[in-house]
Amino acid sequence: MTDHRDSDGGDWLEASARERVTGLLDPGTFVEFIGPEQRVMSPHLARFDLTGAFDDGVVLGRGRLAGKDVFAAAQEGRFLGGAFGEVHGAKFVGLLRTATAGAGKGRPAAVLLLLDTGGVRLQEANAGELAISEIINCIIEARLAGIAVVALIGGRAGAFGGGSIITACCSRVGISEHGRISVSGPEVIETNKGVEEFDSMDRALVWRVTGGRTRYLMGGADTYIKSRIGDFREAAIPLIENPPPFSIDTLEAEHRRLSDRVRVYGECRDAPEIWTKAGLPEPDRVTEVSDDAFLLLPRLKEAGHDAR
Amino acid sequence: METFRVQGTALRPARGERRYALTGVNASGNLEVLAERVLGHHECEVEVATAVIGFRELWVAVINEFFARSSPGGLRFSINDGGARPDMVSLRLMQALRLMEVGS
Repeated sequence: MTDHRDSDGGDWLEASARERVTGLLDPGTFVEFIGPEQRVMSPHLARFDLTGAFDDGVVLGRGRLAGKDVFAAAQEGRFLGGAFGEVHGAKFVGLLRTATAGAGKGRPAAVLLLLDTGGVRLQEANAGELAISEIINCIIEARLAGIAVVALIGGRAGAFGGGSIITACCSRVGISEHGRISVSGPEVIETNKGVEEFDSMDRALVWRVTGGRTRYLMGGADTYIKSRIGDFREAAIPLIENPPPFSIDTLEAEHRRLSDRVRVYGECRDAPEIWTKAGLPEPDRVTEVSDDAFLLLPRLKEAGHDAR
Repeated sequence: METFRVQGTALRPARGERRYALTGVNASGNLEVLAERVLGHHECEVEVATAVIGFRELWVAVINEFFARSSPGGLRFSINDGGARPDMVSLRLMQALRLMEVGS
């Protein structure tokens, strides 16, 4: 009897950061930078009576994707919600700077960011916020150097807060049904604006607004990825090819697209209203159909935009 | 947070060549274990950092049973614990040892 369960690396949602990154890259090619045995950990958590993680919740390294040299960072969403702290953020910065500098074996074709984060770690918030800004700078420098920076999102923590802004700065974004992208988390919106504005306990609503299917149909992500690690691998291969130009034209196109979106859909209170307005068939079924049926649906006509 | 170290002796060295291995995640009800081949052939130890205070005796019992059953000579295990139950601790220690033995 053959066991097929893990032939595609398992389920992305359930996998650890290490399982994701090793399953994503060509087998046996992943070499970790600053591994857990070096114990480069948060110096701040003990003050809050919290135990740390030996890699501070992010796995970095170099490997190959379909034969191309790539760098990767994978966040562990189960450790402090994958949140950015000082060391965690510095590891991203170091990875991106090393990629742009082309140190060692030269510039990689791409940097893959396997995001799974609630945003900045509250216990080291200032350092975390600074890290987010530095990471954004580094992504821009990497893109200007011609490196594709690709965000892959499908973990439990999603890509919230600074993680969502980092996502928006990437050359390409891939997301699965479970993935979510949003600056403010559902609880934050509810706390500040009230349950009438946003009911964070209504999981279906949270996913209709922030979830992978909505982000893909709207153009907030370029590729919709099915749930297995093997699916993420297949999706990542074309995402690192031909990154869009990073120029003032791209930025202006993005601004136009965003203001058009507010103009046309600004009054909508929920995603199905947008689908109805955009003339998508069966707007209420978007969240219910299988992945394969979903992939046959048309996206919003402006969703294929290179601007990000 | 509570930290402590449990040292033991092993009848034989753990198999394998790997220098280190990591398993598990420091999350609620879970723990991460880093195993390293850094001790003498018949020494073994576990260093614990746990979020939950007051269970040291139980930890020592679980770890000593692991030493007696598995004989992980030469290995140091370092734990970051998020409040795992004893059965989860045993499982992760055995997983870490198994990872160190891979290929042997």
